[in-house]
Amino acid sequence: MRNTQLTYKKRTHGIIPYLFVSPFIISFLVFFLYPTISTIVMSFQRILGPGDVSFIGLRNYQNLLNPLFFTALKNTTIYTFWTILVLVPLPIILAVILNDKTTIGKNVFRSIFFMPALTSVIVAGIFFRYAFGEQETTFINAILGNLGVKPIVWLQQKSTGMFALVVLCTWRWLGVNIIYFLSGLQNIPAELYESADIDGANAINKFINITLPGLRPVIIYVITISVYGGYAMFAESYTYWGTSNPGGIGLTLVQYIYQTGFNQNDMGFASAIGITLLLIVMIVNVIQLSFFGYFRKEED
Amino acid sequence: MKRSIAFLIIVVLTLGVIMAGCGGGNNSNQDAAAPDPETNATPEPSTEETEEDEKDSEVSGEATSLVFWTFQELHKQFLDDAVLTWNENNPDRPIELVTEVYSYDEMHNKLLISLQSGVGAPDLADIEISKFANYLKGSTPSLVPLNDYIGSDIEYCVEARFDNYAKDGKYYGIDYHVGATVMYYNTEILDEAGIDPNDIVTWDDFVEAGKEVVTKTGIPMTTVEITDQWTLYPLISQIGSDFFDSDGNIIIDNEDNIRVLQFLYDMVHEHEIAIPTPGGFHHAEEYYAFMNNKGAAALSMPLWYMGRFVEYMPDLEGKIAILPLPVWEEGGFRSAGMGGTGTVVTTQSEHQELAAEFLTYSKVSREGAIKTWTMLGFDPLRWDVWDAPEMSEDNVYTDYFGKEIFDMLLEIKDEIHPTNVPELFPAAVDIIKKDVSFKSIREQSLTPAEALKEAAEEVARQQ
Repeated sequence: MRNTQLTYKKRTHGIIPYLFVSPFIISFLVFFLYPTISTIVMSFQRILGPGDVSFIGLRNYQNLLNPLFFTALKNTTIYTFWTILVLVPLPIILAVILNDKTTIGKNVFRSIFFMPALTSVIVAGIFFRYAFGEQETTFINAILGNLGVKPIVWLQQKSTGMFALVVLCTWRWLGVNIIYFLSGLQNIPAELYESADIDGANAINKFINITLPGLRPVIIYVITISVYGGYAMFAESYTYWGTSNPGGIGLTLVQYIYQTGFNQNDMGFASAIGITLLLIVMIVNVIQLSFFGYFRKEED
Repeated sequence: MKRSIAFLIIVVLTLGVIMAGCGGGNNSNQDAAAPDPETNATPEPSTEETEEDEKDSEVSGEATSLVFWTFQELHKQFLDDAVLTWNENNPDRPIELVTEVYSYDEMHNKLLISLQSGVGAPDLADIEISKFANYLKGSTPSLVPLNDYIGSDIEYCVEARFDNYAKDGKYYGIDYHVGATVMYYNTEILDEAGIDPNDIVTWDDFVEAGKEVVTKTGIPMTTVEITDQWTLYPLISQIGSDFFDSDGNIIIDNEDNIRVLQFLYDMVHEHEIAIPTPGGFHHAEEYYAFMNNKGAAALSMPLWYMGRFVEYMPDLEGKIAILPLPVWEEGGFRSAGMGGTGTVVTTQSEHQELAAEFLTYSKVSREGAIKTWTMLGFDPLRWDVWDAPEMSEDNVYTDYFGKEIFDMLLEIKDEIHPTNVPELFPAAVDIIKKDVSFKSIREQSLTPAEALKEAAEEVARQQ
């Protein structure tokens, strides 16, 4: 009797967890693993049409050695670099200010900073596209005009184009990162600050010696998702330039995939770029994580 | 305090959602408009549409249902109208057209994938010319050849427009228009400078007139597109060259093309009578405002650009004269057929024959061709209708531009070179849009010859 109960228990225990995770497993297999494997296979093929598919070995990967790919890789890397450089320190400082008891209207500012994250990239992108228009009457040029700066053709120069991209990204993601850091700040014990006060530490000392080390896990997390986000950027660039980036300005790797796959119907080559992008992002993140000692910590 | 803040946030968010709705809509319109040459007047109210649809289905109890994908609301209205007349003329084979309108990119991507995977394609679909070659790749295109259905009517059509959608002598698509490139002159500015546009015969005359305009009014003569192909490509076609020869060989960097690009460069930097288009291309919002505000004295664009004047530059009504392009050499061609959208029948259709017959009826028949003007404001494929009485009836275009448009077109109907659209055409257009004018005229980092050479090499690499 006891035995059967036990086996019954065991058996149901055995099935039920699988039942509960099955929706995830199934959607993972169908919408993630299958496309991934299919993309890997396609990256070795030349695909001309239905029933007109042939394996061509590494040809697609050899084709990657072209100026457009390197422009896209360079742009994406520079973009990721700038977004991390801006979107880690700035939200930390703002989060510390918003966390301070003496700050007035904290909730209002939190909402204001967070709100852009709720808008669609396309909607916001179109606003920024017009704000960065080249006439003297457009938003940004009008502001600069009052300061005596001549109208700038923002979206047709490399540096100003990149600036416009980073501004859009900052506007959109600042609030989200502030939320991450705010929640990180809650985990730093208040006693540390109290004892620092007793030792006579000033605000900057406390920030460098308590707040920053306390936020380390959150910083690692934010940088990791920023690397993914930066390398996967597409919509921002698409709203600024559509599918033809003049002189490669703002051409990102995902945009390059889109243009090869859909504009030129070369799905095989597009798949090869996609797989390469996957490898690049993984390598960058492994380097980044080991730089911050993420793996070492696990060994301890 | 807290409540009022919560209320404020709700209001802002609601506004955000509403604006998101509007913005999304605008965006899809823009998607369709920007790369596609054919947005014209504002679509008619859709209530009428549904009524017509209902009437349609009442008439025909056993109508064959055909699915049509397009990225252009106006094309839906055009074919819906054609269905009505088709059903009157063919009561034994009625049609019911189910149209789905998507944004430009979305429709082309969806169609490509459904043809590629072999399921889910519609019976009829619109494909824009710069994407068309993508659908003809491989040994067996998934589109139905239309030669037999077009038949002898082709004699009355501008045949070059059919070659754009052909492979191995088979026509796979039927266009809506000829897209003759013309020069739009702002007569108000030219009058101030004391110039009669009819005196401008050659491009040299155009440059001289431009110098007059600049010195007398301070307004540039014209604008040169930097991020699109509609300035460069028509002139290349007009001079008798192309991106590819008839065998599909890349000739992007041949001498004629270098001459054209050098000429554009000289207009901007040497003669200083032209400027890079504000916003980069002639469909940019910056440009519409600029041109509407007496920004430039002339513009060379295909005839379908008329709709943009009517829609976005209302202040120029009655001030625009449409004339043939200036010629390169005496006796040279005065126009070029540019842009377009080919409607196709897919091999996945269960009613290929009916779909193909309906398609040719809607555009190639005499009455269909006339409707491409009266409904869409396009120059019809059939030149034998250009002097039909219906063509000079009042509509928004004759109100804006006067009634002599088709007299002028008849003059130049034989002065249009065919263009060659091989498999690599999308890649060539891509690189032309992105790099050639931008690097040579805007950045000046390459000479015109170098920019074209670089483009030719890039296209060759993709072979």
